[in-house]
Amino acid sequence: MNIAAAANEDMAYISNVLIYSAMAVYTLAFAAHSAEWVLGSRSKVGRTAAALTHHSSTAPAPAATMTKRKSSGTTVLEHTEVITRQPAPGSRDFPDGPGAAAGSRKGELYGRIALSLTVLAFLIHLGGVVARTWSVQRAPWANMYEFSTTFSMVAVSAYLLFLARGKNVRWIGLPLVTTVLLDLGLAVSVLYTESDQLVPALHSYWLWIHVSCAIISGAMFYLGALATVLYLFRDRYESKLTDPQGKQPGALAASVLERLPAAASLDRFAYRVNAVIFPLWTFTIIAGAIWAEAAWGRYWGWDPKETWSFITWVAYACYLHARATAGWKGRKAAYLALIGFACFIFNYYGVNMFINGLHSYAGV
Amino acid sequence: MTKRTAPSRSTALDSPYGLTAGVAEESGAGSADQLSTAPADDNGAPAFGVISWLRWFWRQLTSMRIALILLFLLALASVPGSLLPQRGTDPAKVDQYKSNNETFGPVAEALGLFNVYSSIWFSAIYLLLFISLIGCILPRSWQFIGQLRARPPAAPRRLQRLPAYATWRTDAEPEQVREAARVLLKQQHYRVHTHDEAVACEKGYLREAGNLVFHVALIVMLVAFATGQLWRSEGGKLVVEGDGFSNTRTQYDDFKSGTLFDPDSLPPFGFTLNEFEGTYERTGPQKGTPRTFEARVSYWEGADGAPRRTTITVNNPLEVSGSKVYLLGHGYAPIVTVRDGKGDIAFQGPVPFLPKDSNVTSAGVIKVPSYRDRNGKESDLGFQGLFVPTFAGTGSGSMFSQFPALDYPVMALTAYRGDLGLDSGLPQSVYQLNSKNMKQFTNPDGGKFRQMIRPGETLTLPDGAGSLTFDGIKEWATFQVSSKPGNGTVLVGAVAALLGLSASLFIQRRRIWVRATPDTDGSTVVELGGLGRNEWPRLPEELAGLATALRPQAPPRPMPPQDTNHPADADTAEGARA
Ligand code: HEM
Repeated sequence: MNIAAAANEDMAYISNVLIYSAMAVYTLAFAAHSAEWVLGSRSKVGRTAAALTHHSSTAPAPAATMTKRKSSGTTVLEHTEVITRQPAPGSRDFPDGPGAAAGSRKGELYGRIALSLTVLAFLIHLGGVVARTWSVQRAPWANMYEFSTTFSMVAVSAYLLFLARGKNVRWIGLPLVTTVLLDLGLAVSVLYTESDQLVPALHSYWLWIHVSCAIISGAMFYLGALATVLYLFRDRYESKLTDPQGKQPGALAASVLERLPAAASLDRFAYRVNAVIFPLWTFTIIAGAIWAEAAWGRYWGWDPKETWSFITWVAYACYLHARATAGWKGRKAAYLALIGFACFIFNYYGVNMFINGLHSYAGV
Repeated sequence: MTKRTAPSRSTALDSPYGLTAGVAEESGAGSADQLSTAPADDNGAPAFGVISWLRWFWRQLTSMRIALILLFLLALASVPGSLLPQRGTDPAKVDQYKSNNETFGPVAEALGLFNVYSSIWFSAIYLLLFISLIGCILPRSWQFIGQLRARPPAAPRRLQRLPAYATWRTDAEPEQVREAARVLLKQQHYRVHTHDEAVACEKGYLREAGNLVFHVALIVMLVAFATGQLWRSEGGKLVVEGDGFSNTRTQYDDFKSGTLFDPDSLPPFGFTLNEFEGTYERTGPQKGTPRTFEARVSYWEGADGAPRRTTITVNNPLEVSGSKVYLLGHGYAPIVTVRDGKGDIAFQGPVPFLPKDSNVTSAGVIKVPSYRDRNGKESDLGFQGLFVPTFAGTGSGSMFSQFPALDYPVMALTAYRGDLGLDSGLPQSVYQLNSKNMKQFTNPDGGKFRQMIRPGETLTLPDGAGSLTFDGIKEWATFQVSSKPGNGTVLVGAVAALLGLSASLFIQRRRIWVRATPDTDGSTVVELGGLGRNEWPRLPEELAGLATALRPQAPPRPMPPQDTNHPADADTAEGARA
């Protein structure tokens, strides 16, 4: 064995250590997030907020919320005030919930700890992926282990980027960290593959382009799906509240759901994420077809992987259509988005494990 | 312009645009069509009569709801093709599946489940979808052209009811403010039109254009794909190192083509395989995994083109005369010399053996027709062989390879004499021995004759029937030569679809109105209102930017507090009225 190979093996080892460390820190972040939610449930502010959001059913036409924004003109004497109306889709008009801590001081502290730990875990995670890249001397996504570790890393980085840009996405924290832990656990236990070189079919710069786009699309679709699931819960909760005669939400459900953003906000977030990433997913498929043309002599051959990418794509196209079709908005469209994401996941785990196609991965 | 189908919610409003973009969006077929050409949904039942029924059917087919359902069906219909083996890609697996599933197999066959993507029902779904698409695109295109020619509509009476609104007072004259706004908006690439007291402008038409381009591109891709299928040609050829191939129909081992392809139109070119080289992982858990495959070839184009050298690898096909030559597989061909009973050479050359596993344990046959035995009697000779590049399995009774490279090559042979059946006129595989009319050589003890030899060694048949010398090994590679017209068009379509889609999803269609009206006190009231096609979070920022840019031409003067028409008050007042 030459020196370079030994160095690579060291890097592979370092990568594994980093991934395990990231998991440990994610676990701490998970605990801190949980503490934030638990403390928030006892918060007075939380309960007051719940009381505020509970509209009496006698209220007439819903009032649109209004905000004033200042323009940031520098050459004017006075700022321009722009008055905006945020219409509530549907007949409800619930404000966004106060967030996990719900004003509880201690809860907020734990929330900040959770966020810091998430950032730390992300950095270690990133280090793990970089070390792996170094050790294999190629793109770190040629087998399911590498794909999984990179996938969850991108999902976390997207979340942190949203936060950095001042978006109201703290509610993603707990579910995201939980699933990232599951994903990494699965990766290191079931999917683990020794760091190694590529089979000739994967030798192409299209590996960089096609697979990185697939990973980014998948991570964003995942955030969209998370928002969609929460939307479905929160939407049910809100519709229960607007109908005081009907069945009311249970105490635990209410305590969690009242702290989430309004159904309308969650729905809008999910739509934006899915719509923005859909062209990238389209590009992923086109890039894959170009690669297939070079590698196998045909750009489209209904290989199981290709077929499921197509199904995923059509499912999301369905979702976008549904959003533009009267009578299909809201919950129905949300189910379509979830079907789309389920197809994506099946394409990744199901097709790789249960169906044999040309898309061979080294190892599992 | 004031087509109003939006239900109750907007009836209390004086603006034809609906209360807000949100409402407009929600009513779908209603006020949203001011900024979109999305087709209206029509749920009405058909009236009597063939024409009206047809019209109803057509309207249904081209509605968004049916498009949605057809899209969903398309996704659903694609599923079985990924779960069951498909004849188009793997016919052998289909046969195996059918013999394993005797009850379900025939049912699946009858339903076309082994040919999903060319089945009637799959085709029906996508053809309906594309008819629906055409029926959807045409009217939307006319409508869009109409919108392009129309002027941005006049301002609604109450701008403060729009999703974004700004106002101030100035001492500038109203005409002056309007003119300044017109110039400013023009600079910002809005389409501008001045109606009496307000400037109306609109931007983001590319959204709708992008949407149309996207849907048209889908049709272009489908047509190009179909063309490619009809005129395609695809053939496979196994070439041993040192041998050549020229592109004529008879040279192919197997050849498929689309219904409209003319086999005489194969372009003249050819190549010689100079050398094939494969390298494999030597250590670790992935030991034996291929690392590189390279076929070094000399190719020529036209009837008498000069040969050029190149290397074909897995991801880099050779492109020549509009065809592509792909490297698909590889294997070993033992070189043998067979001598007859008199010691004369009866056969000499490499014989390709076909790999059976990933370590290239290979099987093959050597056929020697018209051979003479010791007594000059004529018959056929046949050998059945197993070849391994790296020998393993000593003592286990079976022979298999433990590594794909030529580390310790061994060949095991058994031999037959009799009639190979080559004269029968029936086509025969070169990789199979038809031993029906042949007799296997036996050892003196009566057991079957079988011997392992290494390169350089010679195997002598019993009874002085002749010998076989294992001279060496060549590698062979299989190539696929394919030409598919329309590939370029599909690519152009795909890129257009992508650009159109991005425009359709990222560009925001929005309208802005700037109204300047004289007030009783001699000042001018400037109002800006904005409406987006979708809920667009940056609309207020855009409005604020415009307001700021307009300030120097219409400097604000301090507003007396009582004059501030606070919109929240207006809203409550109106809320009470509603
Ligand atoms: C071949 C199948 C089709 C696919 C893959 C497809 C895909 C898409 C996608 C991805 C969008 C999203 C772009 C956007 O939201 O602006 C879209 C929008 C749209 N599609 Fe299709 N489409 C198909 C067929 C059709 C058909 C048959 C119709 C007509 C009935 C149609 C009408 C529309 C309309 C009106 C929009 C714009 C919606 C809006 O304004 O937001 N599409 N389509």
